[in-house]
Amino acid sequence: MNPVNYLYLAALLFTIGASGVLIRRNAIIVFMCVELMLNACNLALVTFSRLHGNLDGQVIAFFVMVVAAAEVVVGLAIIVALYRSRHSASVDDASLMKL
Amino acid sequence: MSFPLLTATAAVPALGAIATAAVPAARRTAAKWLALLVSVATLVLAAVIAVRFEPGGDRFQLTESHTWIKDFGLRYDLGVDGIGVALILLTTLLIPFIIGAGWNDADPLETTSSRWRPTQGFFALILAVEAMVVVSFEATDIFLFYVFFEAMLIPLYFLIGGFGDRAHEHGEDEAAKQRSYAAVKFLLYNLAGGLIMLAAVIGLYVATADDLGTGTFSLPQILEARANGDLTLGTNTERWLFLGFFFAFAVKAPLFPLHTWLPNAMGEATAPVAVLITAVVDKVGTFAMLRFCLGLFPEASDWATPVILVLSLISIIYGALLAVGQRDIKRLIAYASISHFGFIVLGVFVMTSQGQSGATLYMVNHGISTAALMLVAGFLISRRGSRLIADYGGVQKVAPVLAGTFLVGGLATLSLPGLAPFVSEFLVLVGAFARYPAVGIVATLGIILAALYVLVLYQRTMTGPVKESVAKLPDLRVREVLVVAPLIALLIGLGIYPKPLTEIVNPAVERSMSDVQKKDPEPDHAVTTDGGWFDYQPAAQGETADGGHK
Amino acid sequence: MESLIGLLVAVPLLGAALLLCGGRRLDGIGHVLGTVLSFASFGIGLALFADMLGKDPEQRGLHTTVLSWIPVEGFQADVGFQLDQLSMTFVLLITGVGSLIHMYSMGYMEHDERRRRFFGFLNLFLAAMLLLVIADNYLLLYVGWEGVGLASYLLIGFWQHKPSAATAAKKAFIVNRVGDVGLSVAIMLMFTTFGSFAFGPVLGAAGETSEGKLTAIGLMLLLAACGKSAQVPLQSWLGDAMEGPTPVSALIHAATMVTAGVYLIVRSGAIFNGAPDAQTAVVVVGAVTLLFGAIVGCAKDDIKKSLAGSTMSQIGYMVLAAGLGPIGYVFAIMHLVTHGFFKAGLFLGAGSVMHGMNDEVDMRKYGALRKHMPVTFWTFGLGYLAIIGMFPLSGFFSKDGIIEAAFAKGGTQGLILGAVTLLGAAITAFYMTRMMLMTFFGEKRWQPDAEGNEPHPHESPKSMTVPMILLAFGSVFAGGFFAVGDRFLKWLEPVTSHEHGDPAYGAGVISGAALACMAIGVVGAWLMYGRRTVPVVAPRGSLLTRAARRDLLQDDFNHVVLVKPGEYLTRGLVFLDHSVVDGVVNTTAATVGGLSSRARRMQNGFARSYAVSMFGGAAVLIAATLLMRAV
Repeated sequence: MNPVNYLYLAALLFTIGASGVLIRRNAIIVFMCVELMLNACNLALVTFSRLHGNLDGQVIAFFVMVVAAAEVVVGLAIIVALYRSRHSASVDDASLMKL
Repeated sequence: MSFPLLTATAAVPALGAIATAAVPAARRTAAKWLALLVSVATLVLAAVIAVRFEPGGDRFQLTESHTWIKDFGLRYDLGVDGIGVALILLTTLLIPFIIGAGWNDADPLETTSSRWRPTQGFFALILAVEAMVVVSFEATDIFLFYVFFEAMLIPLYFLIGGFGDRAHEHGEDEAAKQRSYAAVKFLLYNLAGGLIMLAAVIGLYVATADDLGTGTFSLPQILEARANGDLTLGTNTERWLFLGFFFAFAVKAPLFPLHTWLPNAMGEATAPVAVLITAVVDKVGTFAMLRFCLGLFPEASDWATPVILVLSLISIIYGALLAVGQRDIKRLIAYASISHFGFIVLGVFVMTSQGQSGATLYMVNHGISTAALMLVAGFLISRRGSRLIADYGGVQKVAPVLAGTFLVGGLATLSLPGLAPFVSEFLVLVGAFARYPAVGIVATLGIILAALYVLVLYQRTMTGPVKESVAKLPDLRVREVLVVAPLIALLIGLGIYPKPLTEIVNPAVERSMSDVQKKDPEPDHAVTTDGGWFDYQPAAQGETADGGHK
Repeated sequence: MESLIGLLVAVPLLGAALLLCGGRRLDGIGHVLGTVLSFASFGIGLALFADMLGKDPEQRGLHTTVLSWIPVEGFQADVGFQLDQLSMTFVLLITGVGSLIHMYSMGYMEHDERRRRFFGFLNLFLAAMLLLVIADNYLLLYVGWEGVGLASYLLIGFWQHKPSAATAAKKAFIVNRVGDVGLSVAIMLMFTTFGSFAFGPVLGAAGETSEGKLTAIGLMLLLAACGKSAQVPLQSWLGDAMEGPTPVSALIHAATMVTAGVYLIVRSGAIFNGAPDAQTAVVVVGAVTLLFGAIVGCAKDDIKKSLAGSTMSQIGYMVLAAGLGPIGYVFAIMHLVTHGFFKAGLFLGAGSVMHGMNDEVDMRKYGALRKHMPVTFWTFGLGYLAIIGMFPLSGFFSKDGIIEAAFAKGGTQGLILGAVTLLGAAITAFYMTRMMLMTFFGEKRWQPDAEGNEPHPHESPKSMTVPMILLAFGSVFAGGFFAVGDRFLKWLEPVTSHEHGDPAYGAGVISGAALACMAIGVVGAWLMYGRRTVPVVAPRGSLLTRAARRDLLQDDFNHVVLVKPGEYLTRGLVFLDHSVVDGVVNTTAATVGGLSSRARRMQNGFARSYAVSMFGGAAVLIAATLLMRAV
C-alpha cells in the first residue's frame, strides 16, 4: 500500500481534531480533540520516517508521546479543578483571562 | 594601583542608598542621619577630587579603566575634566541640602501601617540618583554614560510619582492623579530621548568599526582618532548621529519645544526633588552637549548651530514670559529654569570661550540659585499647604527671615550683579554678543523679563497687607536656616570670587574650543593691557583732539 | 592711601551686613551703628581728599587692583578702584549728604519697628553707590549700578505692607532694568571693540575706533543713564518712588543715585566726544526731560511728587550740560553737587512738614506753616531760593553755567537749547514758588481727618533740623565757593577736560536773562497762588494741567503700549504652551493609548477564539512558506 495514504489519514485526523477544538465547548471533548491532533502528527511523523528511511520521525514521535502524556496529566487536573469550582466543563464559562 | 577615587565617589552614595533602604521601619530618624552622613562623605570625596585635579594637566584625569564586556568593546572607563569636576562638586554639594530640606517630606502618614517605610525609600532614592549622576559626569565610555543617563530615570520616576507635593488646590486625590501624570510624562519624554540616543550610540560604534577595524565606545580614543584623521565620519552620518545625541540632551536640558515635562515634574514633586531634577539631573543634559556633541561631532555642531541658537533664544524669552503668566509658585520657578537652560545652551553653542566658560559656570550657579529659591518656596508651601501665588500675601510681615532668603534667592535668579549667577550670565551674553551681536542683544532682553517674574512673585506673595490665611505662619526653623544660609553664602562668595571655579573650568573649555576648531573673535582695536590699567589723561586727549583749549 | 579706597566701600558694606544679618540683638543700637559707619566712611573720604589736595592736579588719580574677579580666556574683569577728582567729588557728596540723612533718619524713623533694617538698607546703598563711582571698569560699575538699584528697590518698598509702595518698588526696579540692558550692551560693545571694558584702555583708545561704534556705545550708555536718572522715556518710575520714606527720597531719589546717569555720561566723555550724534541724543533727552519734569512739577499737589518732578527737571539740566561735551561737563557736575545740597534740603524739609502734619502730603491741606515750623521754613526757604537760581545762592552759579554753555554751543542748536534752559528756569521758579506759597504762606487749610485727629504742626527734633540747617548752608554757599576763581573748574578739569565755547552773548546778558525768567516765574506763581486763596479741593484745571497731574500720561502710555499687550502675550503663550506645544505630545500619547485599547478587545478570554487565531496564524505562516518556495 502507498505510504502516502497514511499521510492523507493523518491530515484527516488532524482536521477532525482541529475542528473539534474550535467547535466543541466541553473541555473533555476539546481535550480529546487535542490528543487527536497530536496523534495525527505522530502518524505523519512515523510515515515520514518510513518514507525517508531514517528514524528521525520515530524519535520525535516518541517525544511527542511523552509530552502528550505529561500534558494529559496537567490538562485533566485543570479540567477537574475547573469542574469542581464551577460545576461545568464548558470552556466558554472560564473566560476570565482578559483585560 | 592608586585609590579609585572616581569609583569611590559614586560607590559611596550607591552603597549608602542600599544601607538607607535597609534601615528598619521604626528607625526612621536613623535613616535620615545615615543618608545625610553618606551625602556629606560623598561631598568630601568630591572635594578631594577637586584638590587632586590639576587644571593645566591632561584632558581626563584620575582615570580608571576596566574591561566590562569584551566582545562588544564595552569598558568601565572613568575620568574627569574641569567641567566634570565643577559639576560633580555641584551635585555632591547640593545633595546634603536636598536631604536637609526634605527631612520631613517623606514621613509616613499616621494612618499607614507600621511596616511601610517611605522615609527610607525617599532618601535611598535620592542617594541612588546622586550615584548615577556622578557616574554620568565621570564616564568617558559613551555606552557607560548612556547606561547611567537612562538608569537615573528609574529612581526619579519613583521620587516624582511616589513622594509628590501633598498640596493641591483640588485636594489630595487630584494631587495623586497629577503626580502620576507628571511622573509618567517625565519618564516617557526622557525615555524617548534616550532611545534615540541609543540608536545613535550604536550607530557611532558601527561607524568606528568601519574606520578603525574594531568598534569602540571610548571617548578619548574616538577624540584621538578624529584628531589625527583616522576616523572620518561622512557628513550625513555625522549629522544624523549628532541629532540623535542632541535630541536626548535637549529633552533632558530641557530646550524648547521639548520642555513641557519640566513644569509638571517640578510642580508635582516636593521642592527638594524638584531641586534634584532641575539643579542636578538636568545638568547632565547640558554637560553632555558640551562633552559629547561638540567633542564627537564638531562639524555637525557647527552645522546645527543656527537652529540651536534660535531654539535657545526662544527658550530664554518664552520661558520667561510663561513664568510671568504662572499662577503656581513651583511652576513659575520651573519656567524660569527653562529660560535659564536657554542661556546655558546658548553659551555652549556660540562657540566662544566666554560663552562656554559662562555656560559651565551657569550650570553651577543656576544649580545653587534655583536650590535656594525653590527650597525656600518649598518651606513656604509646606507651611500654608498651597502652591497658588494668590493664596499668599504679606508674608514678609509675619516671616521676615523666610521672605529675606526668598528675596535673595529671587535676586540670584534674576542675576543681580554681586551674586554668582550674574558672572555666568554676563559671560554667556558677552560670548554670544562677540560672535553674533543680534543674538546677544535678544538674549539680554531676558534680563528684563527675569526681573519681572521674580519681582511679581515676590510682590504678590511677600508684600502687601497680611492675608488672614498666612497670619500665623511661623518663620524659618533652625534646620531650614541651616539649609538656606550656606547656599546664600555660596551665591555671594562665588559672585565676588569665582576664580577657583574658572581656573578649573578654563582649560577644559579651551580644549572644547579646539575640538570644534573655533577661535574667539578678535576685538576691532585690541588694547594692550599687559601693564594692566594705565593712566588715562583725558586732558591730554582733549588737547590733541581739539588743538588746545581756552 | 590706595588701601583706604577699598575701605570706603567696605565700611558701609560691613554696616549693611551687620544690620541685616544681626537679628533683633541689634535693634537697639542699629541706627547709631549705621550712622557712625556712614560718618566713618565720610571721614575716610575726607582723608583721601586732603591727601589729594596735597598733590599736583595732574597726579591726583589713585588706582588699585584688589583682586582678579572673572578671569576667562580673553575676558579679564578685575575688582579695581580708581579715585580721581571726579570720583572724589561724588565720594564726598555721597558720604557727606548720606551721613546727614542717616542722622536725620534717626529722628524720622524713630518709631518704625523695622528701623534697624532701614539703616541696613541705607548702608547698603552707600556701599553700592560708592562702588559705582570708584570702580575702575564698566563691569564693576555695573555691580554698583545694580546695587543702588537694589537698595532703591528695598527702600521704596520699605513700607511694603502698603501695596502702592510694593508696586512702586517693583516698577522702579523693572524700569531700571530696561536701562541696564543698555549698560550691558554697551559693555559688550566695548569688549568686542576694544577687548576690554576698563576705563583706562577703553577711554584711552576711544579715538581710534570708528564713529559708528562710538555712537552705538554712546546711545547704549544713554539708555542706561535714562533708566537710572529718570530721563524720558524711562522717567515713569521716579514719581512713584516717592512712596518710600522721605529720607530715602532725599538721598537716593534726589541727591545721589539718580545722578548716576550724569556720572556715567561725564565719565564716558571720551566716547561721547567722538560721537556727535550720540551727544545730540543726550542733549535732546536732557532738554525734553527738563521741560517734562518741570511741567509735571507745576501740576502736582503732592509735595513729594512735585519735588520729584523738579528732580527730573534738574537732572535734565545736568544731562543736557553733559551732552554739550567738554564745554558742559564741569557745569553738569557742579550743578549735580549744588543740586545735591538744595534738593536734599528741600526733601528733608518736606519730610519735616509731613512729620508735623501726620504724614499728610497734599499741599492743598497745608498753609501758613511758617509760624509753626520756623526752622523748617527758613531752611526750606533757602533751598527754594537756591533752586530757582537767586543770586548769589548755589543754584544761580551752577544753573547759569549750564545756560551759558547751552548758548555757547552755537548755531541754531545753541539758541534752541539756551531758550529751553531759560524757559526751564522760569517754570522752576513758578512751581517752587507755588510750593512755597501753598505750604508756608496763606491761610491754614488743614482739617481733622476721618477719625477726628487734627494735625498739630510742630517743629521737628534736633536730629532732623541739624542736617537741614547744614544742607541749607551748602545750598547757600556751595555755588559761590565753587564759582569764585573757577575753583571747581580747575579741580575737575584734569579729568573731564574743559573748553570755553564762544558765547554768543556776554555773560552778564545771559545771567540777566536767567534772573528775569526767574522773576517772571515767581510773579506768575504769586499771582495765582499768593494773591488768591488756594482751594482745598483741586479745581478741574485745563487739559494740560490734568495731563500733567497724570504725569503727562506716561503711565497711560506705558499701560497701553507695554503692559496690556504684555499681559495678552503671556496669557496667549500660557494657552499656547498648554494646548499646542504640550497638546501635540498629549495627542500623540492619546492616539497610541486609543489604538492599544482597541487592540486589547481581541483579548476576550474565550479559549476557542484564541485557538482560532492560532490556527489562522499557523495557516498564514504555512501559506507564506509555500508561496516563498513556489517563487
